[in-house]
Amino acid sequence: MALLEVESIDVFYGDFQAIYGISLSVDEGETLAVIGANGAGKSTLLKTIAGLSRPSAGDVRFDGTSIATLPPHKRVPLGIALTPEGRRMFPSMTIEENLLVGAHKSRPGPWNLESVYATFPLLSDRRSRLANNASGGEQQAAAIGRALMCNPRLLLLDEVSLGLAPVVVEQIYASLPTITAQGTTVLVVEQDVMHALRVADRVQCLLEGRTVLEGTPAELTRDQIATAYFGI
Amino acid sequence: MEWANAVVQGLLLGGLYALLAAGLSLMFGVMRLVNLAHGALAIVAAYLGYVLVQNTGLPPFATIIVVIPVMAALGWVLQSTLLNTALNKQALAPILVTFGLAVILQNLMLQLFTADYRSIQVGDLAGASIQITPEIAIGVFPLITFIVGVIVIAALQQYLARTKTGRAMRATSDDREAATLMGIDNKRIYALATAIALAIVGVAGIFIGIKTQFNAYSGDTYLIFAFEAVIIGGLGSLWGTLAGGMILGVATTVGAQLFPSSGTLLADLVFLAILAFLPTGLFPKVVNG
Amino acid sequence: MSLALSDNTAGHRAQVHRSTRASLVGLVVAVIVVVSLAYGPFAFLTKGNQQNLTTLFIYIILGTMWNLLAGYAGMVSIGQQAFIGIGAYGIVYASDILGLGLWIGLALALVISGIVAYLVSFLAFRLSGGYFAIGTWVIAEVIYLLTTQINTLGAGAGISFTAFRGYKPEIRIAVVYWIALAAVVVAVAVTYLLLRSRLGAGFTAVRDDATAAATLGVNVTRSRRIAWVVAAMGCGLAGTLLAMTTLNVQPGSVFKIQWTAFMIFIVIIGGVGTIEGPIIGAIVFYALERYIGDVGFWYLVILGIIAIAMVLFLPKGLWGLISGNGRLRLFPTGYRLTSPLPTPIANGTPDSREGESS
Ligand SMILES: Nc1ncnc2c1ncn2[C@@H]1O[C@H](COP(=O)(O)OP(=O)(O)O)[C@@H](O)[C@H]1O
Ligand SMILES: [Mg+2]
Repeated sequence: MALLEVESIDVFYGDFQAIYGISLSVDEGETLAVIGANGAGKSTLLKTIAGLSRPSAGDVRFDGTSIATLPPHKRVPLGIALTPEGRRMFPSMTIEENLLVGAHKSRPGPWNLESVYATFPLLSDRRSRLANNASGGEQQAAAIGRALMCNPRLLLLDEVSLGLAPVVVEQIYASLPTITAQGTTVLVVEQDVMHALRVADRVQCLLEGRTVLEGTPAELTRDQIATAYFGI
Repeated sequence: MEWANAVVQGLLLGGLYALLAAGLSLMFGVMRLVNLAHGALAIVAAYLGYVLVQNTGLPPFATIIVVIPVMAALGWVLQSTLLNTALNKQALAPILVTFGLAVILQNLMLQLFTADYRSIQVGDLAGASIQITPEIAIGVFPLITFIVGVIVIAALQQYLARTKTGRAMRATSDDREAATLMGIDNKRIYALATAIALAIVGVAGIFIGIKTQFNAYSGDTYLIFAFEAVIIGGLGSLWGTLAGGMILGVATTVGAQLFPSSGTLLADLVFLAILAFLPTGLFPKVVNG
Repeated sequence: MSLALSDNTAGHRAQVHRSTRASLVGLVVAVIVVVSLAYGPFAFLTKGNQQNLTTLFIYIILGTMWNLLAGYAGMVSIGQQAFIGIGAYGIVYASDILGLGLWIGLALALVISGIVAYLVSFLAFRLSGGYFAIGTWVIAEVIYLLTTQINTLGAGAGISFTAFRGYKPEIRIAVVYWIALAAVVVAVAVTYLLLRSRLGAGFTAVRDDATAAATLGVNVTRSRRIAWVVAAMGCGLAGTLLAMTTLNVQPGSVFKIQWTAFMIFIVIIGGVGTIEGPIIGAIVFYALERYIGDVGFWYLVILGIIAIAMVLFLPKGLWGLISGNGRLRLFPTGYRLTSPLPTPIANGTPDSREGESS
C-alpha cells in the first residue's frame, strides 16, 4: 500500500495558482524523484506534504489517513520530515544543537547523533561550530541529518544539490543509500536531473504546476525528459 | 563617600533592572514581540505580593511561592489568547495590543488601589546593612536583589542553552517556520516563553514592592528601565543585560544625587549616549533568546 | 511577517485611479463644512461650542499625525507628547519671552518642533518596531526632564501664556477657535498632499514592506524621517493650541504620555491608514470622553478594551466599516499597495488571506 498519496491537489499563493491537480503516490521504501524547471511547483508540492501550505482542493493521505488539514508540527510525529530548500539551519545554534532540535519529536528508530555522524562523517568534527559559520555542504548534510533525527518514515528532500560544489553533491548523494537501506521512504526534488535519475525508483516531471511525465528511469528517454522538463 | 556608596548601591540595583530586562528580552528574542505592558505587569505582581502580605501574613519573600505561579499562568493565558492572535494580524497589532493592555492594567490597578503609594514591609531587613569599610556599607536587601538577579539570569541562560525546550525556543526564535518542521508547536513555545518571562517579572515585582513605594503608574519607569538595560547590554545577550542593568543602576543612584528633582534623567542620558555611540550595545548578540 | 512586493504591482500602482466621484463629493462637503464652521462664531456657535470644537480640532490634528506615522510610515511612536510639549513651550518662549508676538511665535514653535524631531531622529531611528516605540518615549522623557531644569521656562512649575493679554475672552476664544480650525485644515491637507506626492508611494511601500521598498529604490530612511518630522510639527501645532486654550503650560500636563495614548485610540477607533479614519476617530473619541469620561478610570479601561478588540477584529476601524473596507474614499491618497502574495503563517494554520492593503 502507498505510504503517501497526493490526490489532485490545487495550491494557491493568494490569487496565484502554483499547483494544478497534481497527484502522486509513493510506496513504503520507495524513492520517488520529482523533477522540473525552476518555478515548476516542486517546493510547493513538498511544502503541501509537510503542511506549510494547504491545498484548496484535493487531498493528502499518509498511511491511509488524510493529513491535509494537520499543521506541520503535528505531521512530524507521524513520520514526515522535510529538508527545506535553502537548508534553513538555525543559524545561531551549533550543528549538534541543530541536530538535537531535529529530535524534538523523535520516534523510535535507528537515527541518533551517532548514526547521523557516521553517515555524514564531514559533520562529526564540526559539531560545535555555529551553523551560520558552516560551509554550504556541511549545512546541507546537517539539514538532512536534522530531518533524520526524528526517524521519519517519509523523508522529503528539496534541492539538496542547490549551490553546492559537484564533489560535495556527490558526497551527499552517496549517503542516500544508507538512508533508504533503513527502509525510509524518500521523495527527492531536484532541478539536477542526472542526480535524481540515479537515486530514484520512479520519476515524475512537473511543468508549470502540472505533471507532464512519469515513469521509471529505465523506461524514460533523455529526449522525453528534456521535452517534459522544458515544455518544448 | 556618599558617591562610593551610591555606586555600590547602583551596582546592586542592577540585579533588579536585569530581572526586568530578562523578561522583556526573552519575549522579544523568541517572538519579536515588545511587550509594552511589561512594567504594568511588574506592578501587578507587586500589588499581588502586597495583598498577600497584608491579608495572609505570609512573609514578604515567601509571597514568591504564590506570585510566580500566578504570573506564569497569567503569561500563558495572555499569550495563548490575546498575543498569539495579535501576532497573526497586521504588523502593528502586537505593539498596539500590549499598549492597550498596559492602559487597561494600569487603570484597573488605580481603580482597585487608588493612586496612593504602597510598599511591602520587610521590617528590619529594609535598613540592615553590612559595613565593608568605615565609609561603605552594603545594604542587605540590595545584596539579596543582586544575588537573585544573577541566579535568575544564570538559570535562564542554562535553560536556553541546555534543555530541550530551551533549544526549541532558540530554534523558533531563529526560524519559526523551520522550527515547525521539527515538530515544534510554536504557539506552545510562545506561551511558555511568556509564562517564564512573567514569572521573572513576578520576582522583579516583589523586589520593586519591597524596595520602593509604588502605585499603578510606577510601571512606566520600570518598562523604560527594562528596555534601557536590554539596549545597553546588547539585544539578545543575557549577561549583557545584567551589565546593562548595573550601568543603569549606577546611573540612577548617582543621578539621584546630581539631579534630585529628576532622578532618572542621568540614566536616560547614559542610555541615549550608548545608543548614539554603541548602537549594538556593550555585548552584541552572542546567543539568541 | 513580511509581504513580498513584486515589481509588477509596484509598477502599476501609480496608475490606480485616484479621483472618484466620491472624492469630488468629499471635497465639496469638506469645503462646505469648513466654511460653515468658520462662520459659526458669528451665528450659531456659543463660546462653549467653540471651546469644545477647539478641543476636537486638537484631537483631529493629533490623530492625523499619529496616523501619518503609524498608518503610513509604519512607525509606532509613544513619544509624540515630546512635540506637544515643545510646541506649547515653544510658543510661550517665542511669543512672550522673546516678545515676538503670537504669529511669529507660532511659526517658530513649529520650526523648533521640526528641528528637534530631525535631530532626535538620528537616535530614535537606530531602533525599530517595539523598541523604536519605547525609544521615542525615553526621548520624550528626557525632553520633559530637561525642560523642568530650565528656570526661564518656569522649571517644574510651568509658565503662563500671555500673548492674548488684553483680548476680551469671547474674542480670544473665537480667535483660538479659528486658528484651530485653520490648523486642522492645514494638518489634514498637508498629510493628504504628502501622501499623494511621490513620497506617499514611498511611505506606503515602506510600511507594507521596507525591504522590498528599499530594493525598489525607495529611500526608506528618508521617507521615514520626513514623516517623523512632519508628524512632530503637527504635534507641535497641537501643543501651541493647547497653550492658547489653557493659557498656562505645565510640564506634567503637556508632556504626559496620555496624549499619545489618545492619539492611538483615535486612530485605532477611526481606522488606521486613511485620511478619514482619524477624523471619525477623533469625533468618536471626543464624544466618548464627554459622555462616559466621568466614569473615571473605568473609562480608560473601556477604551483599552475597545482598542484591543478593534485592532484584532476590526483593524480598519470605523471608517473601514463605513466605507465598505476602503471602497469608498473621500480623500483617495492612491497608491494602494495590494500584495498578491499570501502571508505564510507557520504556526499550524496556513491560510491565504490577502496581504493588508492601504
Ligand atoms: N511564497 C510564495 N508566494 C507567491 N508565489 C510563490 C511563493 N513561492 C513560490 N511561488 C510561486 O509558485 C510557483 C512555484 O514555485 P516553487 O514551488 O517554489 O517552484 P520550484 O520549487 O519548482 O522552483 C512559482 O511561480 C513561484 O514564483
Ligand atoms: Mg524549489
